[in-house]
Amino acid sequence: MVQASSVEIRKVNKFYGPFQALTDIDLSIPPGKVTCLIGPSGSGKSTLLRCINFLEEYDSGEVLIDGQMIGYDAPGKKMSGRKLREMRRGIGMVFQQFNLWPHMTAQENVAEGLIRVRGLPKAEAASRAAEALRKVGLADRMANHPARLSGGQQQRVAIARAIAMEPKLMLFDEPTSALDPELVGEVLTVMKTLASEGMTMVVVTHEMGFAAHVADQVAFMEAGELVAVDAPSRILHQPEDARIQSFLRTYHERNAF
Amino acid sequence: MFSIPTFLESFGPLAMAARFTLLVSGLGIALGLVIGALVCACALSKSRGLRRFAAIWVSFLRGVPLLVQLLLMYYLLPVVGISIPALAAAVITVGICASAYISEIWRGAIGALPPGQSEAAEAIGMAPGTIWTRIVLPQAVVMSLPALVNELILLVKASSLVSMVGIMEVTRASQAQAATTFRPLEVYLAAACIYLAINLCLAGIGRWLEHKAAV
Ligand SMILES: Nc1ncnc2c1ncn2[C@@H]1O[C@H](COP(=O)(O)OP(=O)(O)OP(=O)(O)O)[C@@H](O)[C@H]1O
Ligand SMILES: [Mg+2]
Repeated sequence: MVQASSVEIRKVNKFYGPFQALTDIDLSIPPGKVTCLIGPSGSGKSTLLRCINFLEEYDSGEVLIDGQMIGYDAPGKKMSGRKLREMRRGIGMVFQQFNLWPHMTAQENVAEGLIRVRGLPKAEAASRAAEALRKVGLADRMANHPARLSGGQQQRVAIARAIAMEPKLMLFDEPTSALDPELVGEVLTVMKTLASEGMTMVVVTHEMGFAAHVADQVAFMEAGELVAVDAPSRILHQPEDARIQSFLRTYHERNAF
Repeated sequence: MFSIPTFLESFGPLAMAARFTLLVSGLGIALGLVIGALVCACALSKSRGLRRFAAIWVSFLRGVPLLVQLLLMYYLLPVVGISIPALAAAVITVGICASAYISEIWRGAIGALPPGQSEAAEAIGMAPGTIWTRIVLPQAVVMSLPALVNELILLVKASSLVSMVGIMEVTRASQAQAATTFRPLEVYLAAACIYLAINLCLAGIGRWLEHKAAV
């Protein structure tokens, strides 16, 4: 069992110039649970996810990780870089485009944070990196550079890079969207294992099957607003809101042939 | 008639002069790399003043011909009471001129890195300085290698301009040689061979470095 964080999002607003990307978002993410964020393209899912580790700065409201606000010491007063980095150490993130460092091997990618952020000796970092890579099924690919790995393998390295830091919360931004269909399964399997170990996970996804079977709650966003948060079955099978119905209709049409 | 002996004999004096060609372009690029890194840091800094300074530095040095810069330096230094050997003045001018191009090469390479590269590092709590030295610079340097080699080759050729301020490099030496032997064709052909040999070596070293740096 990993120690798991909770996230409390309160009245969060985010602007890009005059454009409001997030409007009064309220969302509770309980510890050890999987929350899926779904919604049409441009609805603000990534923006909201990136506010949780402050890669994106929200303009007002609060994002609390285990009760502590991230990014600001008090509303309007930015937190120091050191303090922000301290908080980020407990939050892993996995990106749509993997974002592995191409000049390092798989093992070096995973060990880098352990050495440069956690300050572990190189040998220990290497053995922990090897362990994390074993966990995602890549024990035999540790010496490969990212360019020599398939998309699915690269994404698993990225997951290993995040979990090696022993986070208490994991954020996923469409982790399987850049993958060929036959490689999606291997990544979802790793994510399911993490979920079953009790990791708090927030997952932006278009994989409705994953949302239906793994999520504890599903949040639906549209046009910068959080339309509904509920159990997966209630959002995906009996949605009351017309916007969700229309989104799911489009989704099913696209996936039918 | 083309005189093969004159052609071959020209290589002696021209090879001596090539030392200055190599010295001016080698020291010039070294200086250019250092100043270029500083100017690039200014161009990317948060301070508007520094960014402005970098922009002016680059546009002036790229907008004025190197020959004019050399002559300016040559006549300006005595006026402000600085007396340094012509060779040093030439190296400094070449270095300053190269710094403008090199800073742009680096700015381009750094800008070409996908933002996700540093975001992935930020997300695990890596400090900005570490992100620069471990993630951004190693990739930017490799990406900029072909452009840097190209710049160095241009510099070797441009170093012929320092003959105008009295330095006996390959071009100037071949002019002198041509005047004494009355055999310009043979002498200039030898000069061309020397430039070509230097630049083929540089291109080869560049390819070798790129190959080594590629993963
Ligand atoms: N840096 C930015 N500057 C200006 N507008 C932005 C920026 N980033 C995002 N936006 C806008 O904010 C809105 C929300 O974007 P976001 O990336 O969060 O959407 P999303 O729900 O993740 O969409 P997708 O499913 O396509 O990834 C979009 O309209 C987008 O155009
Ligand atoms: Mg997105």
